[in-house]
Amino acid sequence: MSMTITEKILAAHAGKTSVRPGDLVQVQVDLALANDITAPLAINVFHELGASNVFDRDKIALVPDHFVPNKDIPSAEQAKIMEEFAYQYDIKNYFRVGEAGIEHVILPEKGLVVPGDLVIGADSHTCTYGAMGAFSAGVGSTDLGAIMATGETWLKVPEAIKVVYAGDLGPWIGGKDLILFTIGQLGVQGARYKSLEFTGSTVAQLHMDDRFTMANMAVEAGAKNGIFEPDEILRTYLEGRSERRGVYWRSDTDAQYDEVFEIDVNRITPQVACPHSPDNVAPVSSMGSVPLNQVFIGSCTNGRMEDLRMAASILKGRKAAGRTRLIVIPGSPAIYRAAMKEGILEILLDAGAVIGPPSCGPCLGGHLGILAKGEKALSTTNRNFIGRMGHSESDVYLAGPAVAAASAVLGRIGGPEEL
Amino acid sequence: MKVKGSAFKFGDHIDTDLIIPARFLNVSDKDELAKNCFADVRPDFADKAKTGGIIVAGENFGCGSSREHAPIAIHAAGISCVVAESFARIFYRNAFNIGLPILEATMGEDFVAEGDPISVDLTSGEVRNEVNGKTVQAMPLPPFMREMVECGGLVPYIKKHAMESK
Repeated sequence: MSMTITEKILAAHAGKTSVRPGDLVQVQVDLALANDITAPLAINVFHELGASNVFDRDKIALVPDHFVPNKDIPSAEQAKIMEEFAYQYDIKNYFRVGEAGIEHVILPEKGLVVPGDLVIGADSHTCTYGAMGAFSAGVGSTDLGAIMATGETWLKVPEAIKVVYAGDLGPWIGGKDLILFTIGQLGVQGARYKSLEFTGSTVAQLHMDDRFTMANMAVEAGAKNGIFEPDEILRTYLEGRSERRGVYWRSDTDAQYDEVFEIDVNRITPQVACPHSPDNVAPVSSMGSVPLNQVFIGSCTNGRMEDLRMAASILKGRKAAGRTRLIVIPGSPAIYRAAMKEGILEILLDAGAVIGPPSCGPCLGGHLGILAKGEKALSTTNRNFIGRMGHSESDVYLAGPAVAAASAVLGRIGGPEEL
Repeated sequence: MKVKGSAFKFGDHIDTDLIIPARFLNVSDKDELAKNCFADVRPDFADKAKTGGIIVAGENFGCGSSREHAPIAIHAAGISCVVAESFARIFYRNAFNIGLPILEATMGEDFVAEGDPISVDLTSGEVRNEVNGKTVQAMPLPPFMREMVECGGLVPYIKKHAMESK
C-alpha cells in the first residue's frame, strides 16, 4: 500500500507494515521533550501515575528555555522542579543554564534527533524536527508525563497536505518568507489535525536552518506535523552529530494527499504577518509606514546561525534607528559562540543591539523584552496573537531576519532593498 | 451525563495565549491559573465563571501553544464544558486528559447569545439552548472518553483501570 513519509514513520513505530489516515495507533517514542513550563505539570502526572522510574533516561530531553535564567521566584520554583527530577532520574539530556538554549535549536544541534525518529514534546513547536525527516508533534503535559513513564503514546494517523515549492529563492528570501506565504494561503486552520509535507525542486536550495523555520511553523496552520524528506543536505548536517544513522524514509510517488498546493517561489517577495494572526500575511512592500518600538531577532523559528548571518549582512556598518530597540537572542550557546567567532556579535553590538542569553526571550511575553501598551514590534518569532509579547494592546508583526534587520535600521517595517 | 450553565460566547481562533497569557505560566496551581483565565480579553471571566458556565465558541478553539494550563484554567474557573465548531488538536487531547469535556458541533452564529442557559448531554451529544429550545447535535463522546471525563481525566482513568485489573 502506498504511504506518505509520515505514515511510514508512524507504521514503523507502531510495529505495523502499513497505516492509513484515521487509524489510531500505539507508538514507541524515540525522544520525549519538555521545558521549564510544561515539565512541572508532566512530572506531577508521572508521580500521580505511581511510576517508579522513567522509561529510558537516554530518551528524555528536559530543556529550561522559556523563563530562564529564572525571571522571578515562581519561575525559579518551576525550573527547580524540573532540575530536581532530572537529577533524581539521571536524565542524560537535561541541560542546565549555560548548556541550554532553545529546545528546538539544541536538540538537532546535539544530534538527539535523526531521520525516521518519532519525537513527542510538551511544546507545540516540537513539529520543528520534521526538518530532519522525523515525525514530531506537540502534546500537553499529561500525555508527556505518561510517555516519560511508559515510552509510548497513542496517535491518530493524520491526513496529509503536500506543498510543492518550485522556482528559485530571490535575494533576501528565506524559509520564513516561504512558510509565512504558505500559512497565508492555507489559513491558521488550513492544515488542522493534518500532516504538512514540504516538497518540490526549491527544497534543494534550502539549508537546514530554513527547513527548521518552515517545519517549526507547521503548527501555525494547525498541522499535527510538518515534514521534509531527508536528503543529502540533512546527511551533511548530521555528520559528526549522532552515532545513530536514522532511516531515510520517502513518500511513495502514488501516496495519497487530501490537497496539493503548488507555490511558485519565483514570485515570493519578503513577507510579513500582521497582527494578530500568523495567516494575516502580506508582502513587506505593501506595509506603508509602521513605526517600530522594537525588533526581535531570535526564537525557535529564527534564532539559528543562518538567521544571524543574514541579519548581520544587513546590519554591518549600519545602526538601528534611534527610537527602535533591537534585541537579538542566539538560540544556543554554540550559536552564540559561532556568532562571536565570525564577528557577528560585534556587528550587532555596533548596530545598537542588546544580545540576550540563549532562551525563548520575549517571544511568548515572558521576559527579556516585553511590550508596553500601544507599542509595535517586528519579530522573527512564530506567533503574533493578541498580547503574545506583552500588553494586550501591543502589536506584533512577524517576518524573517532580513526584514527584521532592515526594519530595525529603518525604524519602521521595510525590506532590505530600501536600504 | 448532562451539564448545564450559562453561555460564555467566544469567536473563532481563540488561542491559548488568550486563554491564559504566558506571564501567568510561572505557576502550575490550578486555582492560581483559574484566576487569570482570559485575563487580558475578559478580565471579569474568572469572577463570572465561579458559579459555573459553558463556553460556546467558533472554529479552531485552543489553537497555538500546547500549554495544558489552558484547559486547566478553564476547568478550574468553573466551566463544565466547551462546545465549539472545531478545536485545535493539542487542546482537544489536553482537555480530555485533564477531565474537561469538549464537544464539536455546528451551531452557527445565532445559536446562543451571551448568558443564555445551555444544557449539554454528553451521552447523546445534544446541545440545547434553554431560552429558545433550539438544539444542535454534537458528535457524542465514545464511552471511554465519557468515562475519562467522569473519572476526572487520564490519570485517574488509568489508575482506576489499573486497580480493576489487579
